[in-house]
Amino acid sequence: MANITIDGKPYAVKDGITVIQAIDEAKIDLPRYCYHPGLSIAGNCRICQVEVEKLPRSVIACNTRVAEGMVIHTKSPKARESQQAVLEFLLANHPLDCPVCDQAGECKLQDYYMEVGLYDPKFDDRKVKKTKKAFPIGPTIMLDQERCILCSRCVRFGDEITRTHDFGIFNRGDRSEIDVCPGKELDNKYSGNVADICPVGALTDRDFRFKMRVWYLGSQKSVCPGCSRGCNIEIHYEKSRPYHLKKERVMRLKPRENQAVNRWWICDAGRYGYKSIDHGRLVEGPLVGAQMNRAGTRPAPTWTSVLENLAGIFKKADPAAWAVFASPRHTNEELYLVKRIFLDHLKWGQVAFHAPGQEGDEDDFLIRKDKNPNSTGASRILRLGKPDEDITPILEKARRGGLEGLLVFGHDLAGIAGPQTLETVRQKVKTLVFEGPNDNPTAAVADIVLPAASYAEKEGTFTNFEGRVQRIRKAFEPVSGSLATWDWLLNLSGLLGMSLKHRGPEDIFEALAGENEFFKGLNYKKIGDQGCLLNS
Amino acid sequence: MATKIIKRKELGFWDRTYLPAVGLGLWITSRHFFRNMAVHALHLFGFAKNLRGAETYQYPEEQRPLSKRTRTRHRLTKREDGSPRCVACMMCETVCPARCINIVAKENPDPNIEKMPASFDLDLGMCVYCGYCVEVCPEDAIRMDTRILDIAAYSREGMKLDMQKLLNP
Ligand code: SF4
Ligand code: SF4
Ligand code: SF4
Ligand code: SF4
Ligand code: FES
Repeated sequence: MANITIDGKPYAVKDGITVIQAIDEAKIDLPRYCYHPGLSIAGNCRICQVEVEKLPRSVIACNTRVAEGMVIHTKSPKARESQQAVLEFLLANHPLDCPVCDQAGECKLQDYYMEVGLYDPKFDDRKVKKTKKAFPIGPTIMLDQERCILCSRCVRFGDEITRTHDFGIFNRGDRSEIDVCPGKELDNKYSGNVADICPVGALTDRDFRFKMRVWYLGSQKSVCPGCSRGCNIEIHYEKSRPYHLKKERVMRLKPRENQAVNRWWICDAGRYGYKSIDHGRLVEGPLVGAQMNRAGTRPAPTWTSVLENLAGIFKKADPAAWAVFASPRHTNEELYLVKRIFLDHLKWGQVAFHAPGQEGDEDDFLIRKDKNPNSTGASRILRLGKPDEDITPILEKARRGGLEGLLVFGHDLAGIAGPQTLETVRQKVKTLVFEGPNDNPTAAVADIVLPAASYAEKEGTFTNFEGRVQRIRKAFEPVSGSLATWDWLLNLSGLLGMSLKHRGPEDIFEALAGENEFFKGLNYKKIGDQGCLLNS
Repeated sequence: MATKIIKRKELGFWDRTYLPAVGLGLWITSRHFFRNMAVHALHLFGFAKNLRGAETYQYPEEQRPLSKRTRTRHRLTKREDGSPRCVACMMCETVCPARCINIVAKENPDPNIEKMPASFDLDLGMCVYCGYCVEVCPEDAIRMDTRILDIAAYSREGMKLDMQKLLNP
């Protein structure tokens, strides 16, 4: 332990950490460009100057270690003056691009200029221009060399995190410029992260380009449903202009720091996987006799009538002739309701959730081959036993005409077993019910279609591959006509004569924690923003 | 925060009858009427030229002179090649208190300009003519100097201006 003083207050910090780490722990703001906690220390931007008493000059906080008795000032006139001078140099060749720059509003040059700007500039307007303005350097990222302040974060990201060595700084002096190495393209699986770590608008996201000014965005904490890693994300959605609201609500996803899961990063598949929230949704409300309705021959039925209808069917159903394909994309709460209703109450023996042959790519960093966010939760909650989790035997039975009815949550049978199988199943099964947020070939042939809310439109929790329970939160209301799965399942349970008295996901989770030893002792408060591990 | 309580003045008996106020109003109106009638009659015979009588403009045949700074209908200024100067920075959209500007941005073919509006819609039916949009624009791309004041339409839709109308007032 080292006893130090920062801005007049005493702190006891770990030995050997850097001054900037101590400052961050003390939650004091200090400008920085090149320092990133996830990357090695470069110490080349020089903005993080602090005054240390008894040292002749101000020093950079990111590359100075704390020592016993150090007295540090981050806002003294001397420190401020050094920061101001550095910022002035960084801006010497910086173009006045804010009006057309996508970074404007979340740009550290703008932010720190407000704090430590030299409002009486000493440079004249002759700037060194680069030959090319903004140009794409890969499928996801746009580069504008004039805006770069040469902090080298992107270079270090390529060298240390993805080890693809994409970037380099070329030339010398005021002609130095950042670029991808000659003949290379920035196309690794984590390329989107460089737009996040670039503190200025030099590297920007092509997908988000000119879509929206960042100050119009609302933000909600969530978890990426793209694979079983469950990277922590923020959903950025259009919020401040409801009077201009277009069809698209989600504008982009950003990683959220969680040291136990994804640190500061997410993969590109996850980052750009948000399109299904606003596209290809089932928006006509619940449908009965789906094809007929879609041709517009009958008015759409209401949720109440459809659920009453369903409850009637389920009450009369022969438990041996009905099956449920639950979804590993549903939340723990929803899977718990599926268990209570179909396994415990209706006593249907045929429940499964694992669709074989759906694995994707995997690497040794974040990406997992199981592309479902909650397979672990499904298996811990439904407790079917490994071989029974697989939907294939039930599907086979349906194909041979052994089933009367089938309730499918989200799965696309055509994608799993081929369109031929879907067609046969369709002919052999009398009642095919589909529930899910997005349209697919199975939904197109189902007798009853129940449109569900997407993960951005409901509360709940996912359990990732290592058993970490993490919360997803509601960013906005479900699209017209759809309901959160837990919501209609609760309604259905009432119609079936069960007495589940839950008010919402938090309540359902408490009930789950009360009866399942894996979840024992957990609650939303404990899970918080960073998640909580299951009991093993 | 310190609050100061101001007592509302009670209305007296005469105030509540409104009669003195009505009388006062009639008195002011008739004073102007008779004074102007007398002044204009004297002007007719070439007297009292140094007194000014109230005037009536025969609008719309006769236009009233406008001050140079009057804020009138908006326009978007053009570059030399005729394309809009606007770079779709959305400053005006952000500052507009009536929220009547809606801009969609797109890539500018010239990489040195980078950005331009794909559409620029302004709803004059909602605009409060505050002029903030002009003030905030970093490109001098929007101005309120067309001197067009008589804006009327048969529907709310008719009050909306798109980019073409804004570029060619
Ligand atoms: S492009 Fe961005 S991250 Fe890379 S060196 Fe320049 S400013 Fe830093
Ligand atoms: S690694 Fe998985 S959870 Fe993380 S961002 Fe990618 S798809 Fe999403
Ligand atoms: S004049 Fe005021 S209200 Fe009208 S468009 Fe401009 S900013 Fe909006
Ligand atoms: S402020 Fe000017 S440049 Fe920016 S969007 Fe409005 S008109 Fe265009
Ligand atoms: S943040 Fe310390 S030198 Fe760049």
